[in-house]
Amino acid sequence: MSSIKIRSKRMDGKTQIRMLIAHPMEHGHNRDAKTNALIPAHFIQELSVKHNKNLVVSASTGAHISKDPYFAFMLKGGNPGDKITISWVDNLGNRDSQDHIIG
Amino acid sequence: MTDSRRAFIKKSVALSGYSMITAGGLLASPETKAEWLSDTTSTDILQQTLKQLFKNQKIIESDKIDIQIPKTAENGAAVPITVTSSLNNVESISILIEKNPVPLAAKFELSPELEAFVSARLNIAESSAVAVIVETNDGFFSASEKVIVTSGGCEV
Repeated sequence: MSSIKIRSKRMDGKTQIRMLIAHPMEHGHNRDAKTNALIPAHFIQELSVKHNKNLVVSASTGAHISKDPYFAFMLKGGNPGDKITISWVDNLGNRDSQDHIIG
Repeated sequence: MTDSRRAFIKKSVALSGYSMITAGGLLASPETKAEWLSDTTSTDILQQTLKQLFKNQKIIESDKIDIQIPKTAENGAAVPITVTSSLNNVESISILIEKNPVPLAAKFELSPELEAFVSARLNIAESSAVAVIVETNDGFFSASEKVIVTSGGCEV
């Protein structure tokens, strides 16, 4: 199952794109409750949103975005049937990508 | 008699010299510590981040940037923020948290297809100012909002 959930909503000719990504987003200062060892940093570094193959958002994210990050953006246009692709890469090289069709 | 007196004077001079050095050392250490602390204060880190990100560009405060963020956050681990702006030709939106160990939370580069609108959730370590820098094709604009955090985002 993909780590990315995407929802879109059309409002007054605009389209709001919301996404929820399942990711621990560890910033490297937290300690393990049992062993008291530092939990190594593990966070999403790059996030991109494509609208019909056009890159519309390219974000550099740091470790201080909350766990299981949520983002929302607003497209000026957007029609039913348009494809939205969201992908991320984290500091350990993991990546994921998910498509969504505007309803 | 004279010999022992001379020896005593020699000894005492040597001792006082030694104690002066140690006293000097003790006095000097708090100063160096203070310098070290001032190097790592968060405002300096914020300034360094701003320099690295925007290369000494002039950043003008603007009332055309709207930040929606709770004034007090019970849980610093997930503080919702929504940034909107009525500025034209917005190219990027950066969110910085002044007192976090790494102030820059995220930088969003937006294409002209998008409205100047970004929503996210932040991890805020302690009560701090949250600054937003909006880059447009005619310069950099900023706005900031204070957030009081009752339980920090750095603990699990």
